[in-house]
Amino acid sequence: MASEIKIRQGLDIKLKGKAERMVDGIEAEFFALQPTDFVGLTPRLLVKEGDEVKVGTALMQAKHDERIRFVSPVSGTVSEVRRGPKRLLEAIVVKSDGKFETLDFKVGAPSRESLTQSLLETGLWPMIRQRPFGTIAKPDDRPKAFFVSAFDSAPLAPDMDFLAEHFPDSLQKGLDVLNILSEGKLYLCVHTEKTQSEVLLKAKNVQLHRFSGPHPSGNVGTQINRIYPINKGETVWFCGLPEVINIGHFFRTGQLDFSRLYAVAGSGLQHPHYLLTKLGAAISALVENNLKDDHQRIVSGNVLTGKAVTENDFLGFYHHQLSVIPEGDRRHELIGWLWPGFKKFSVSRTFPSGFIPNALHPDYELDTNYHGEERAYVMTGEFEKVFPFDIYPLQLIKACLVGDIDLMENLGIYEVEPEDFALCEFVDTSKTDIQAIIREALEKLRKEAEG
Amino acid sequence: MIRNLRRYIDKIKPNFTKGGKFAWLQSTFEAFESFLFVPDETTKRGCHIRDAIDLKRTMITVVIALMPALLFGIWNIGYQHFLAIAESATFWQTFGFGLLKALPVIVVSYVTGLAIEFAFAQIRHHQVNEGYLVTGMLIPMVLPPDIPLWMVAVATAFAVLIGKEAFGGTGMNLVNPALTARAFLFFAYPSVMSGDKVWIADQPDAFTGATPLGILANGGTELPDAWTMLWGGIPGSMGETSVIAIALGAILLLVTGIASWRIMLSVVLGGGLMGLVFNLIGANAYMQLPFYYHYLMGGFMFGAVFMATDPVTAAQTNTGKWIYGFLIGAFAVMLRVLNEAYAEGMMLAILLMNCFAPLIDHCVIARNIKMRQKRAIVQQKTSAR
Repeated sequence: MASEIKIRQGLDIKLKGKAERMVDGIEAEFFALQPTDFVGLTPRLLVKEGDEVKVGTALMQAKHDERIRFVSPVSGTVSEVRRGPKRLLEAIVVKSDGKFETLDFKVGAPSRESLTQSLLETGLWPMIRQRPFGTIAKPDDRPKAFFVSAFDSAPLAPDMDFLAEHFPDSLQKGLDVLNILSEGKLYLCVHTEKTQSEVLLKAKNVQLHRFSGPHPSGNVGTQINRIYPINKGETVWFCGLPEVINIGHFFRTGQLDFSRLYAVAGSGLQHPHYLLTKLGAAISALVENNLKDDHQRIVSGNVLTGKAVTENDFLGFYHHQLSVIPEGDRRHELIGWLWPGFKKFSVSRTFPSGFIPNALHPDYELDTNYHGEERAYVMTGEFEKVFPFDIYPLQLIKACLVGDIDLMENLGIYEVEPEDFALCEFVDTSKTDIQAIIREALEKLRKEAEG
Repeated sequence: MIRNLRRYIDKIKPNFTKGGKFAWLQSTFEAFESFLFVPDETTKRGCHIRDAIDLKRTMITVVIALMPALLFGIWNIGYQHFLAIAESATFWQTFGFGLLKALPVIVVSYVTGLAIEFAFAQIRHHQVNEGYLVTGMLIPMVLPPDIPLWMVAVATAFAVLIGKEAFGGTGMNLVNPALTARAFLFFAYPSVMSGDKVWIADQPDAFTGATPLGILANGGTELPDAWTMLWGGIPGSMGETSVIAIALGAILLLVTGIASWRIMLSVVLGGGLMGLVFNLIGANAYMQLPFYYHYLMGGFMFGAVFMATDPVTAAQTNTGKWIYGFLIGAFAVMLRVLNEAYAEGMMLAILLMNCFAPLIDHCVIARNIKMRQKRAIVQQKTSAR
């Protein structure tokens, strides 16, 4: 076992409304695949409204590589093909018949080629992503490493130990499969305090690495950077723990099952808890009879990187939690920049909260208030405190803003994803949209690379 | 009352948005509105929660940090005046005299600077930036008390236009605007910025009121004692004389984390080390001066705490900040001791290093880039094996 890797720069944002370790089942009726969840994907629709589908029926495929298929997580009928502006395909909604009948797939021999073939056929392949760019992995690539983060350090994140204990066999089987796929270069990253489960700590066929310290220690980007940083022209594949479980379940039982244990958490809920359902469940079913009032921000994913959704939408493909926090637009504070602000949370010590050690402070009930307006960059040195990479964050952001590709490459753009900058965006005094800046820059580079 | 004010603002707001009667005043209106009420904007994309700090909070913290030095400076104007004319005065007479001298300068500085800032924000359709809240206070504090008001206006206009807006406004400027104003006056009107006749308000002709640095530059050695220089009962620019008052501000800036401790510490280290080097050489009386006297005289501490730490014009990388601060301290003392033409070296040292800060950062970042390129080569070799 490798020695402990300490993450010193970062921040754990303690929010009220952590999910209780209690699993409730729900009978969600609608599930959906949302093409916009996948970076740079142009989808080709394979079904139409009214079609009967089973678990594993392909709903769409990628235009750039038709082998990459996206399948229905449930059996039933396609009830809606939702389109947005310019006929952009937004969601393929399936109405579940509650039977979960599955198509039959063969589990092939345990070789890299046949596993790839099985993953592509069953629609499990899109669960594996690559860095740089955060796109779906290319089946013909040979990545230099494969990373799985076994803990999530984001605010209100699901407890991965809990998930692992829930599906121990599928998890180990999934790791076995990915180990073959990565040709023995599978890295499983655990946390010295957060990870207690034997299922993870004693996992076989992996290279285990132990991390300590605050968020973003659980981000796969941080882990890759510390263990095996990406250079230009290299790719690393990665996959979340819930996805590993889905993959493992198929190879263990031969049955496709897109079961997910979602953390439904946040101070906007009456009972934060875990819900057992299938991939891409409808938000309305997840929050039914649980919202405190109707003035809440519902976020698919965590509050730092997730996507704002309404009750008409669906949980994102790569999201493992649903967060609900109060909207922050109902107050006009008179000269608010002058008051002490005892209830406000700030990393800077210009508010009382900055002086209280994180461990001692009760959880915060933060809302979506912007706390200011966008400004030019003035302060320096604040990003470095929450950004555990050997990269100069402000300089990289500025290189992205001016679109200087050489400079971006030199400063390490291939090692980062927008989520790595989420905390920088949170602490930014100038209130700029850093994640969007990084995403736009990466998209520009990706298009350039793919021609 | 608050609700009524809010209602009134909401009522008149349409006039200032696009298509309204006063649309050309939109930036101005928004500046005042967000000054009165925290905007109730919510996050749209990216992080759904944000840190409570913003630039207003940051800048107001600096202004509060300036208060001890400013209040002491106002009192000291009166104190020096009554000392020079050899009259006794009560505390309030002393303070009142100083206030009458200082307040007009502060008002002129803010009015001139903010007028230009608002005009530029309006022309560019930007929002008014908070940076001038601090600059507008810094300018009076680095000027002598008897400065003619029109000169304050001209210098402020020069600093804001040439020093800041020409580069693109707050966040883009190369040199510190407040020091630009001071440097402008220093070179354009040296008679009001140096010598022994300008540092005490309404000074009688027979009295010589040189600053400690002025005395030294003219070859004198009769300095006030160290204690007086520490608490600040000496002639000088309005805000710079009391090291104790400045230290109070420094504590606030360091505790809140608004100013970089790396810069403050390295300026002090750089100045001290250079002072010690001169002690070792000891070729003349100035060189033999105990090194810590440099902290007590002139604007060294004021510069170290409030000027060198300006995040926009300082080095931006943490390593760069050490180098930048150290060189400011060292150059300031070097200029003082070796160059008799300029009694005070701090202003020029900071302006010089402002210009070199991007170069320092460039070198620091170049190392990071080289590390990354090297790593790529090493890893390719090992994987090829």
